[in-house]
Amino acid sequence: MPMNAGDIEKLIRKGIPDAEVHIRDLAGDGDHYAAEVIAESFRGKTRVQQHQMVYEALQGNMGGVLHALALQTSVPEK
Amino acid sequence: MTAINDFIDNEVKTNDVVVFMKGTPQFPQCGFSGQVVQILDYLGVPYKGVNVLADDDLRQGIKDYSNWPTIPQLYVKGEFVGGCDIIREMFQANELQQHLSEKGVPVKGAA
Repeated sequence: MPMNAGDIEKLIRKGIPDAEVHIRDLAGDGDHYAAEVIAESFRGKTRVQQHQMVYEALQGNMGGVLHALALQTSVPEK
Repeated sequence: MTAINDFIDNEVKTNDVVVFMKGTPQFPQCGFSGQVVQILDYLGVPYKGVNVLADDDLRQGIKDYSNWPTIPQLYVKGEFVGGCDIIREMFQANELQQHLSEKGVPVKGAA
C-alpha cells in the first residue's frame, strides 16, 4: 500500500518533533517522493546520521513500501 | 557474525572503494545505483561493484551491516559514505572529491 505525502510528513514530525518538513511528490505513484527536512536536532551530525534519523522516524517503511525518497537534510540558518 | 556479514566485512575492508548496488557497473539495474556509478566513473575512481540482486541474504545483510535501508551504498576505505542522495550532494559540493583525496584515493578531474 503506497504512502501519501501526509503520512510521510506525520511520521517524520513524530520522530523528529522540531523538524520542518517539505514533501514533493515526484511521480504521483505513491512511492517516489522528495523530502526536505530542516531540524535543529541535526546540528553537529553528519549527513549519514541525519538521514538515518529520518529513516528511523519512517519506522521501517523506507526501502520497503517507500521505494524512493530523495532526501535532503539541513540545519536551520542561525 | 553471520557468513553474509563476514563476506560484506571482507569486501568493505579489502577494497579501497566498493559500491553495493543493484546490477553491475556495466549494467546498473536501478537509476540510483546508476547515478553513483556515473559519478565514480566521471571521477575516474577505481572501484568494485557488488551486485546485491545476486543474493537476497546480501541484499538484506548490507542494510543491517550499515543500518541503512536502501541500495546503493558506497564505502571508502572501510567507511560507509552514503547512499545515492548523499553521494550526489557531496559530488556537487566537491566534498566527495575532497573526501576521496583525503583518503588517498586517486581522483581524476578533481575541480
